Amino acid sequence: MTQPPISRGFRGRRPDDGRTGRVPPGQHVTRDFPVLSAGPTPETDLENWSFSLYDGDRAVAEWSWADFAGLPQTSLKVDIHCVTSWSKLDTHWQGVTIDTLIDAAGLSEPPTSFTMIHSDGDYRTNIPVEDLIDGKAMVATRYEGDPLAPEHGGPARLLVPHLYFWKSAKWARRLQFIPNDEPGFWEELGYHMYGDPWREQRYAGD
Amino acid sequence: MPETEIDISARKRLAWRVAEVGKIIDETPRVKSLVLDVPGWPGHRPGQHVDVRLTAEDGYQAQRSYSVASAPESTHVILTIERIEGGEVSSYLASDVQAGDKFELRGPIGGYFVWTVAIGGPLFLVAGGSGIAPLMAMLRHRAAAQSTIPALLLYSSRTFEDIIYREELDRLAARSDGFKVVHTLTRRQPSGWTGGARRIDHSMLANLGLSANARPRIFICGPTSLVESAAQYLSDLGHERNLIKTERFGPTGG
Repeated sequence: MTQPPISRGFRGRRPDDGRTGRVPPGQHVTRDFPVLSAGPTPETDLENWSFSLYDGDRAVAEWSWADFAGLPQTSLKVDIHCVTSWSKLDTHWQGVTIDTLIDAAGLSEPPTSFTMIHSDGDYRTNIPVEDLIDGKAMVATRYEGDPLAPEHGGPARLLVPHLYFWKSAKWARRLQFIPNDEPGFWEELGYHMYGDPWREQRYAGD
Repeated sequence: MPETEIDISARKRLAWRVAEVGKIIDETPRVKSLVLDVPGWPGHRPGQHVDVRLTAEDGYQAQRSYSVASAPESTHVILTIERIEGGEVSSYLASDVQAGDKFELRGPIGGYFVWTVAIGGPLFLVAGGSGIAPLMAMLRHRAAAQSTIPALLLYSSRTFEDIIYREELDRLAARSDGFKVVHTLTRRQPSGWTGGARRIDHSMLANLGLSANARPRIFICGPTSLVESAAQYLSDLGHERNLIKTERFGPTGG
């Protein structure tokens, strides 16, 4: 389209100096941590919780909650960006990086170039392998020093902060390596396959 | 080839369209509905939302998501906006916008929190405050389609004056076509009030008389605390979790 119409009298609330370079286009900073999910929060007790890696249909590794807690832990301070247009700066997470999981599974390298992350509640989302490795992503179990609350994805959620936050699947249980990129839950419903906030890839075709 | 693959490769970018404000309806002291003319609007399904983008004189832009409150059968797109204290976009839309003003909008977006008469029922809606908006699109669609699918709305508002669409909901219920509305007021009730007088809780949901055996399609929309607790109670009452769909209106919708 050509020139957008000017909203007479609209000034908006500009970001403070210093934040400008940290907030992607079309986003605004919030101090809250909004909850967005498509259905009820799953109840997963830690006794029955596990996280597994699959190569296609073949299980490669599985960790119980105790096993998982025994893996090398990493802390991250990152900004997160939700497709519904809020961003939250300087959030603190702790968990196990995908690099560590691949190592612990005894894989010398990721078996394919794409993944599907599967969660309790039938949620799934697709992410290229290169966006998960080299310290770019983790399975997080703690937020701001505390165990991750169920409504925010606890006991464990994926954290891929450089993509829109729907990619950081709550209640994550399984990382599946797949040969080709396939759409997950929101991606089938019209959201972008990749979801880079800096390129404003909100919906299919963006 | 799976159908989804075809769909996705064929998807075009959702275009920003210019919406012109027609009528403005004062729904409550804090809530207004904007009746929009959107040339080229491709139509929507009840429950879907749009992104609204405002542009200031110097080019600064801000965008937010809002549910569509109108039925697909309507010739206009209606957005119902609650003014949020300090809300960058909502305070403008709910206070400053006048008939004839224009802003950008794109959509419809979302295909999960959606109900049409073709999906069937019974339909069970739970709303808190301005979370009624996408559920109203479903009820307006149901009425426009002359459907008699049983539908029940449990609607929580702070006070009687805060009930959005109150008269329209009364009119819809008066059609005696299988729709019933139950209100609850959490802060203050007028004298002689016969509805609920507390927050939505387990016993309120249990006593509505909608059995899990009927497998109602459940849509819950409102503030996070209401959505979290109502979804949990309904799950405890035996409703299948995959029939419970949720959408949340938080303060950052502002």
